[in-house]
Amino acid sequence: MSPRTPGAQLPEHPDWLWRTPDPRRSYDVVIVGGGGHGLATAHYLARNHGITDVAVLERGWLAGGNMARNTTIIRSNYLWDESAGIYEHALRLWEGLEEELDYPLLFSQRGVLNLAHSLQDVRDSVRRVEANRLNAVDAQWLDPRQVKEVCPIVNISPDARYPVMGATYQPRAGIAKHDHVAWGLARSADAAGIDLIQNCEVTGIDVTGGRVTGVRTSLGPIAAGKVALCAAGHSSVLAAMAGFELPLQSHPLQALVSELLEPVHPTVVMSNAVHVYVSQAHKGELVMGAGVDAYTAYTQRGAFHVIERQMAAALELFPVFARAHVLRTWGGIVDVTPDASPITGLAPVDQLYLNCGWGTGGFKATPGVGWVYAHTIAHDDPHPLARPFCLDRFTTGALVDEHGAAAVAH
Amino acid sequence: MTPQPFRLPDGGRISRGAPLAFRFDGVAYQGYRGDTLASALLAAGVHQTSTSVRLGRPRGIFTAGVEEPNAIVQIEAPFPEPMLPATTVELYDGLVAGGLPGQGRLATEPDPARYDARYAHCDVLVVGAGPAGLAAAAAAARTGARVILADDQPEPGGSLLGTAEIPDWAAETGSELDAASEARVLRRTMVFGYYDDNYLLAAERRTNHLGSQAPSRLSRERIWHIRARQVVLATGAHERSVAFAGNDRPGVMLAAAARTYVNRYAVAPGRRAVVFTTGDSAYCAALDLAAAGVDVAAVVDARPEPGGAAERAARAGIEVLAGHAVTGTSGEPRVASVAVRALCAAELTGPAREFAADLLLVSGGWNPVAHLFSQAGGQLRYDAGLGAFVPDGCRQAVRVAGAARGVFDLPGCLADGAEAGRRAAEDAGFTAARPLPPTSAAGSAERSAPSAHLWVVPGPDGFGTHFVDLQRDVTVADLARATGAGLRSVEHLKRYTTAGTAHDQGKTSGVLTSGVIAQLLGVEVAELGTTTFRPPYTPVSFAALAGRNRGVLHDPVRVTALHDWHLAHGARFENVGQWHRPWYYPRDGEDMAAAVARECRAAREGVAFMDASTLGKIDVQGPDAGDFLDRLYTNMISTLRVGMIRYGVMCRADGMVFDDGTVIRLAEDRFLLTTTTGNAAAVLDWMEEWLQTEWPDLRAHCTSVTEQWATVALVGPRSREVLAGLAPQLAVDACSFPFMAWRETAVAGIPARVCRISFSGELAYEINVLPWYATALWEALYEAGRPLGITPYGTETMHVLRAEKGYPIVGQDTDGTVTPQDLGMGWVVSKKKRDFIGKRSHLRADTGRADRKQLVALLPQDDVLLPEGAQLVAGDRLADPPVPMLGHITSSYRSVALGRTFALALVRSGRERVGERLYVPVGEELIPVTVTGPVLYDPEGARRDG
Repeated sequence: MSPRTPGAQLPEHPDWLWRTPDPRRSYDVVIVGGGGHGLATAHYLARNHGITDVAVLERGWLAGGNMARNTTIIRSNYLWDESAGIYEHALRLWEGLEEELDYPLLFSQRGVLNLAHSLQDVRDSVRRVEANRLNAVDAQWLDPRQVKEVCPIVNISPDARYPVMGATYQPRAGIAKHDHVAWGLARSADAAGIDLIQNCEVTGIDVTGGRVTGVRTSLGPIAAGKVALCAAGHSSVLAAMAGFELPLQSHPLQALVSELLEPVHPTVVMSNAVHVYVSQAHKGELVMGAGVDAYTAYTQRGAFHVIERQMAAALELFPVFARAHVLRTWGGIVDVTPDASPITGLAPVDQLYLNCGWGTGGFKATPGVGWVYAHTIAHDDPHPLARPFCLDRFTTGALVDEHGAAAVAH
Repeated sequence: MTPQPFRLPDGGRISRGAPLAFRFDGVAYQGYRGDTLASALLAAGVHQTSTSVRLGRPRGIFTAGVEEPNAIVQIEAPFPEPMLPATTVELYDGLVAGGLPGQGRLATEPDPARYDARYAHCDVLVVGAGPAGLAAAAAAARTGARVILADDQPEPGGSLLGTAEIPDWAAETGSELDAASEARVLRRTMVFGYYDDNYLLAAERRTNHLGSQAPSRLSRERIWHIRARQVVLATGAHERSVAFAGNDRPGVMLAAAARTYVNRYAVAPGRRAVVFTTGDSAYCAALDLAAAGVDVAAVVDARPEPGGAAERAARAGIEVLAGHAVTGTSGEPRVASVAVRALCAAELTGPAREFAADLLLVSGGWNPVAHLFSQAGGQLRYDAGLGAFVPDGCRQAVRVAGAARGVFDLPGCLADGAEAGRRAAEDAGFTAARPLPPTSAAGSAERSAPSAHLWVVPGPDGFGTHFVDLQRDVTVADLARATGAGLRSVEHLKRYTTAGTAHDQGKTSGVLTSGVIAQLLGVEVAELGTTTFRPPYTPVSFAALAGRNRGVLHDPVRVTALHDWHLAHGARFENVGQWHRPWYYPRDGEDMAAAVARECRAAREGVAFMDASTLGKIDVQGPDAGDFLDRLYTNMISTLRVGMIRYGVMCRADGMVFDDGTVIRLAEDRFLLTTTTGNAAAVLDWMEEWLQTEWPDLRAHCTSVTEQWATVALVGPRSREVLAGLAPQLAVDACSFPFMAWRETAVAGIPARVCRISFSGELAYEINVLPWYATALWEALYEAGRPLGITPYGTETMHVLRAEKGYPIVGQDTDGTVTPQDLGMGWVVSKKKRDFIGKRSHLRADTGRADRKQLVALLPQDDVLLPEGAQLVAGDRLADPPVPMLGHITSSYRSVALGRTFALALVRSGRERVGERLYVPVGEELIPVTVTGPVLYDPEGARRDG
């Protein structure tokens, strides 16, 4: 009989997490959306700015949207200075977050490989590595043999349909346990006196004289000095309540896990060309994702053929996965802007703030967003790292286009 | 060989004439065909299969089906497969397996098995071949509807297989369906996914149960994609446990599972049993076990007034303890005794009684298997009477029948199933032409008492061994800790404790978890709701999902009509999109650089040719075709004369370059576009999107003709000689056949469209023929050009030649952030046209900035070949990061014509920097480069006409 499996269990959550308060009639700041970003913003409003007269309003359960549905990859090796700036800021916060929150986040800097499968992939990858290095983001270009050293189960056969021609490698990248992250942030915010209010849907935004004055909710009206939207794709719906439009499209994005397996996969592997990304989480399950479902929708479910293609791609890269089993699939919603970069900053309504459009980058940005967005809210002025991600850029054309050049989603 | 001490002398649905040898945890055993690994282990007296994942407690076989939380095994031979419930592994000869405490193990060798997929349509899909499903399928089939009946077991019968007497009609109905021309029975087939529009997925285990005897020509597993007009879910119910101290010990088993082992597998799961129940169904198990010779010490019934079933048990001599509960077990590792006390209003009263027993059967009620219904988008409702969640409305065309909707008695299931099948067929347009199958089963006149809803039996010492989720080792104490932490949402509680997240996905534990949480929070279960069910219902192997889409079939390989020639002439290939394109043609040990240099020299000095067939080609026709193309391209197309060719650029709505190529006008209302190789499908999509969604009024139609033409580029100062020799009817002089014109003529006797276009700056022709003439044309050119040293060249040489001329490649020298103006191609952007895609964006403030990145060429110092992708910085010493970057190198080559290396780059204010020195960090070095205009070769364009 085998002994019990090391690693097959997670550290325990603490004995106390948060209150379940009734909403008060008024707050200095109301954050709409109790996901990772909303909770991180609440945490940093209290921690960095001493602002605690805050309510986080969540339509469902805390961190039950994309925070609970993503594949938890954390990296900062983005191409453009603007993106590298905010994601690297986030990664540095990640590196101290367990201590900051006094919560076991299972933050594991196991590195991320982004595979290249064509000559153009190689060019784009080298370009990104070189840009990362000049931006002080750790990055390396690895040839196929070095890829195999980092992740021995990757198939680097030149006979593969799309052979691995190399990879970018960010050693400081990795994964964390999403629930732990959200709960650590929530506990911290709650302990600072911030009200986390669940099952509270915002049904209207009150604007008087071009300035926001509060929100209407399924639990009654709540007055607010400032309202910060943090509702991913549903930010469009909220913006419409305040009388403006957002350039967001929301797509289902599916992910899946296998059963628990003995450790085989020591890092994170992402491949855009064959459309799959894989890591092995702490309990031993393979966590995998793929490309978005093509249609726009708010449904948290996708189509089956996407899963089939993803499995085919996974077996191309990792033939040893053949007899692993898909245990569970699920869908999240990614909200994407025209340039695939987020919107975070001021809204066209005074004292109303925007944070959305994070696409597949939301989880990894969590602490960075909280930090920057809290600053923006506290000062009614965008944090310098947020400035390039203003809504205005879709009018001026100053886009931060991570589609083409970075060529790497997620 | 270990004997089978717990095998009953007769009965069961096993083949005693077919003994099978297997090994488990290193010990040799024997079972029979028809056994599962679990039943064969129980026959040998093995209950414990592993230790638990978190606490390391011994755990044994708990169920007889897919819902098994404990007996998860690793298959070692014939081929390693991780984490299968022993209750679902059909026994085969030579099976080697072991118990798993938590993590499975993957094979290190490639899986030799094949996997595939089938697609099927039907009028009525019935999921589950238990009584309700059989009745539904039979009723539907008799209307003439196309019926598929899918069931995960090797034979129909469902829960009836676990009863003492299976009515003959179960097998008869199976045979009738097998014989019906419009019905299909899928055995060993688990429907695991229910997607939109009645699209269901099933996994068929085709050869797994044959072990090493499996014929290799057959696929091992098959995924069925089934589109059904109507669906009947007859998925049955899972029994659940009760949380009491020590309810996880090996020897504790769900009551109906024990009954199944006795009746279906002829195995006594113990010698002396106590039965703990909250309802009537466990009495059947008690009586069947007693009939099989198991000593049933007592039935402990939580209900104060158990009803007729208890009377029947008492008449059979079984002691019934009404209003009692099991409070604990003891024994190491297996149950040896069971403690019982009276239970009154959720409090234990009276003295404790101990029963010696090696088996404790538990029945805490039944959970309808609503997973597929929930996946379909159906709502679930908590039925307080049943103490379970039942289906309650769905937008898809689905019905639920039998136990899956809380109908638990056999006559009820049969009637319910028949009605569901009949109505499903009717809704699919079929009415009963023949009488419905007999569905009468003897109804019981017995007085049945409603089930009690007992989630937790108190004490005796806390709740640390009151397990709700056996696989994740979650106890009532864990749930209490979670509610104590402030959590209220069942989703949070599940995540806090990990309840329901294991291999079994909480099939037996989910409702119990909800019940316990409701009790802890003092709310109704209905208020809590349940967590969402997600596909797959049971785990599905990666390989089955990947099917045949592996290796060369992973993504189609596209090759041109000339591919065999390229292979025969030693070409190295490059993947460009799905295409395999010749990259270069090394000769006698040449390396790539030498081959490319030779190919370039031939093109610049003599004549060379390349296979350009992969360029996307789109035929656009209609009276408004010119207008349509004017809106798509940045430049004017409609003014192009028939017989002429124009280069054009397309932008996205953001004004950035999307694709480029040539447009040739074939007739007033007909154009032929070329696109870049990798972008062909995207361009056609783009055109269709605008035509269909924005400009449906335009009379224009697009068709891909990429593979309808083979294209050969004939390039070099001596290309005219070659063409002239092969196309005697064509006036080839520059006056008669000017640049950017096209002609139809015969080339080597082959009807051809010849275009005078050049992507190298040299005199060049593109000869287009139907693809079946491609080889003849190519060989004729090769033959005719041989005296001139004609040389085949690949994509690398093409890239060098065009780069020497400063021609950008979309996707290499552009990245979706580059305007035509950035490329120095302001001339291709019409100032006159009222509108085109991207025009408005070109007027935006940022798009008009003077310091945008612009395409320039770079001349590196010391003939260094710069790495493509390298960045550019200003100073000769790197500042501390972040170092401002001025741009990056998009293309970099060694040029024979220039006698040096060079590069193309996108550089901030690049055109203003011509003459400036910049630096390229390469490794630890900074390589100095000089910025120049992008056209390095023949800037006057003198070579174009030869």
